Formats: sequence, structure tokens, C-alpha cells
Amino acid sequence: MEATVANDEAARNTHTGAGQAGPATPRVSIAVDDTRKTRTLNVKAAVDSLSFYYGQHRALKNLTIPIAERQVTALIGPSGCGKSTFLRCFNRMHDLQPDTRYEGSITLHPDNLNLIGAGVDPIEVRMRIGMVFQKPNPFPKSVFENVAYGLRLRGVRNRATLAEEVEKALRGAALWDEVKDRLQDSALALSGGQMQRLCIARALATTPEILLFDEPTSALDPIATAKIEELISTLRDQVTVLIVTHNMQQAARVSDYTAFMYLGELIEFDEAAKIFTNPAKKATEDYITGRYG
Amino acid sequence: MSASGAAAYLSGERLRRGVQRRKVLDKVFVLVGLIVMLACLAVLAILFIDLIRDGAPRFNLDFFTNFASRKAERAGILAAWVGTSLIMLVTASCAVPVGVAAAIYLEEYAPKNWFTAVIEINVTNLAGVPSIVYGLLALGLFVYQFNLGQSIAAAGLTLALLILPIVIVATREAIRAVPNAIREAAYGLGATRWEVTKDHVLPYSTGGILTGMILGLSRAIGETAPIITIGALSFIAFLPQSPIQSEFPFISFAWLKDPFTAMPIQMFNWVSRPDQAFQANAAAAGAILLGMTLIMNGLAIWIRYRFRKKINW
Repeated sequence: MEATVANDEAARNTHTGAGQAGPATPRVSIAVDDTRKTRTLNVKAAVDSLSFYYGQHRALKNLTIPIAERQVTALIGPSGCGKSTFLRCFNRMHDLQPDTRYEGSITLHPDNLNLIGAGVDPIEVRMRIGMVFQKPNPFPKSVFENVAYGLRLRGVRNRATLAEEVEKALRGAALWDEVKDRLQDSALALSGGQMQRLCIARALATTPEILLFDEPTSALDPIATAKIEELISTLRDQVTVLIVTHNMQQAARVSDYTAFMYLGELIEFDEAAKIFTNPAKKATEDYITGRYG
Repeated sequence: MSASGAAAYLSGERLRRGVQRRKVLDKVFVLVGLIVMLACLAVLAILFIDLIRDGAPRFNLDFFTNFASRKAERAGILAAWVGTSLIMLVTASCAVPVGVAAAIYLEEYAPKNWFTAVIEINVTNLAGVPSIVYGLLALGLFVYQFNLGQSIAAAGLTLALLILPIVIVATREAIRAVPNAIREAAYGLGATRWEVTKDHVLPYSTGGILTGMILGLSRAIGETAPIITIGALSFIAFLPQSPIQSEFPFISFAWLKDPFTAMPIQMFNWVSRPDQAFQANAAAAGAILLGMTLIMNGLAIWIRYRFRKKINW
């Protein structure tokens, strides 16, 4: 099945062209409805013919998706469709497992860096792209140390700078007011929702270019989920967000663009409003209306 | 059949009696378990009490500050407990860094292939090698090949070899208990393998590692065969040179090359004497050795408890 990116030819041209034109963010047009009216988006990362293999098993098949800058892109699809696998390509998490292989490219703009290129160090990639995991996974250290850890890895030693950045990140994650008096307490004493926001703060402190969310609310109660969703909506002003979610209402609520995946393939990619009101493919419609998945 | 639930098979009085019979079996198992456990504890308790009663006349300060002697009532364990302590120092400072490093390598770094599988099987097997075999190895390797002689260093290294598998296995268990999600969180922030290990894996598994170290040492402290094999003296009337000197550079390692005796050897020596009076000395030394082991095990439990309380996944 093919993606509905109207002109992936153009996408390819734009990001190869960007290299010559200097660090300008390429733009890509996607069809927004059947009349072929197009809307342009600024591309933060261009995924081009990405395939991914676990040993012999091809888990992702030839995906081409533009990731819009400072927008929220959601990946939806039934369990096992490869959406988490796709997400983990962006920060090279798969490199921690033996016998895995990427094909194609994920070009990060404006530097034109191929995130999955053979010569690109996964550590460098992870320094630039943050991730929030399915289950809150704070370190069993103090709240402060959790947020400061990424900065320490980046060589920040100055105490004043650390304190300032930690506060900024915690404010950014809407957690500051709840933890400002217990920065030295163990992070494990926080509630599940607070832990997840702490993990978001931990990632934000490193000012990532893209922030990946892997089903960030699947372990949380509805109230904590609502807070995280609200937070993700506000984050789009400062960072490009890519979120995997199981929950279609969540994708509809938080995302600007949505990609529907099935069995490792991209079925449909479009503006969220379009996907959820008037999908182009029968399979997308069936999934969204709950006929399977 | 129209009846549903349990009634499909049993009903009324028969159902009730069936349940009661099964509950009796439950209680029987608890009773048997309790008896078996108490029997084990009782054996240890009786042994300990018996040793203390037999050794009672020797429990005084002199026993700790006297060297061995031909007269039972004047003989003490000074050389033995000093020797044992120094050997344990050497053993711990060799086995712990090597064992922890090996465990980190196997858990965090080594690729999963046939080579590491062979190493893993070997490490587990080493834990089961009879201690006398380690003694023979050490006699050839440390005493003659490395020319360490019948010294504290040779004994410490021998026992270090002996407990290395214990330390490795315990450390690996502790490292494995650190959830993978924590490693992923650190990697996700851009940490290298070594940063993940030193900032997260090691600190969070310290409790388990210390526990393994102490259990290993409490095994080593009572080992007799390997140190007899390498030639521990059974009668010694002087102490090794002091590690702390009054002159510059204040620290000396000359004691490493000194001959030694150890607690179990001293006991063995006393037990094998015909004179009945020495049996009391042996019993007293045995009680003290057992006490040392129990204290170390208690310490291990306490450390584990403290770290568990601090880090609760």
C-alpha cells in the first residue's frame, strides 16, 4: 500500500536540495482532501523509504513520512503494527539490541543529518532527540538529580546553571509547583502521573530537537492522562513531538498530523482532522471506527 | 447436566467435607515445613551452645591476646585471628574488584554468543569445584610459580579464587535486578555504556553486590583445606609486620609476604592434640569463628534490607 504523502518525490528532492541551499527547513506539501488542495508543512525530519529488520524479520516496510516542525505527529495502529519500532528508530534505541538493521534514511533538518546513517553515532543522536517511555521510569535518585542528569551528561557542572535549568524544565513539564519543596526527595515517592511529568522534564532539560513519546499515558489514570495530554499540546510551541498512542481519542485530541500504520506499513498520513473525519483509505476508517485493532 | 459451578461435581455435605479434607492437607504441609525448619535451626543452635559450653573456661581477654602455647590454659588465638583478618583483607580486595568487573562485563557488555555462554557455564561450575583443588592450584601457581611462598598474600589470593564465582554470580543477580527501563532512560538521554553502568547500574545494585561479597567472605573465613595445602603454619608465635609504620611512608606491605596461621588451622591443630585440655581451646576458637560468620551473614541481611528500603522498584 502506498502512503498518501502527495509528492514523496518532492519530499526527496527538497531534503537533498536543502543541503545545497544551506540550513533552511525544507517544506513539503501534502494533500488535505480529495480535491488535491495542498497544505505545506515545515519538515523537521524526513523519513524516506525506512525499513527496519529484527534479524530476518522486516518489521517496518518502506515508510516515508515527513515529521512537521513544532507540531505533534501521532502514530496510531493496532498492537504489533510497528509504531513503537518506528519511534525507536529516531533515537537509535534499536542499536542496543544485537542483530538489527535499518534501511533508508531519516534526515534531521536543518543540519541534514541522517539519524540512521552508518557513520552517525547513536549517542550523538540521543543527545539531540529526547524520549519519554511507556512506563514512567525515573531514576531512583532525587527529583533534582533526575532532571539534572541529562545536563550532567552534557558537561554542565555549574550549580547555579543546573538549578536554573532544572527549574525551567520542571516548569515546562507543569511539575514545578508540585515538587519545588521536595527537590531533594526521592523521585520514587511521586505519584505515577508526576513521575511521567518528571520524565518529560528530564527530557526537556536537554532541549531536544524532537521529543518522542512511546504511549506515555498507557500506565496512568484518566486524570493524570489529561494532564499529560494538555502538556503535550503546549509543548508543540517549543519542540517537535512524535507520539505513539494506542488511544485514538488521544491522537485526535493532541495531534496535528496522524499516521496510521498496519503490519509495518504506512497506510495513511494526513492532518489529524482529515484522518479522523474523512480518511482516504478504507482500512483507516475501519480502524478508527473500531472495526478492528 | 443442569447444575452449575462446583455443584456440577459435588454438593451439600460432600462438598463441605471435601473442602475440609483439603484444608487439613494444607495444615499438614505447614506443620511438616515448620518441623523441618526448626530441626535445621536446632542443630545449629545445639552446636553453637555446645561449643560455647566446652570453650567457656577460655573466654577471656587473654585468649585473644596470647599466642599459641604448649600449655592449653595459656594458649590463645592472637596469631590466628590477626592472620584470618589479614587474609580476608587480601581476599576481599582481590575478589571484589575482579568479580564485580567480570559480572559487569558479562551482564552489560558481552555479546550473547557461544563464547560468553561457555564462560557463564564455567563460572557456575567453578563455584562447585572442591576447595582442595583450589589449594593445589594455588600451591603450584602462587607459592612456587609466582614465588609468593607460604605467605598471607598466597593465602588471600587462594581464597579470592575460591569465592570469585560466588561474587560474580551474586553481582550478576544484583545487576539483573535493575530494570531495563532504567537503562533505557539513561541511554535515551545520551549516556554511554560506561555512564549507564557507573551512574545507574552499579549504584542501584550496591546492596546486592555487598551481600554477595559478605556471603563469599563468610565462606572463605572457614576454609581450611586450601590454606593447609599452601602451607599455613600451625604453630606461630609472632605477628606479621604491621601495615602501619611510624616512619615515612607510614604504610608497609611487608606483611603480605609473612607466614601466617588462621582460625580454622588453629582449631584443627588443637583438636588433633591428645591433651584433653586443648579441646576447650578448640571449642572456644570454633565458637568465635562461628560467631564471626554469623555476624557477617547478619551484616549481609542488614545491608540488603537497608538498600531494599531505599530503592523499591
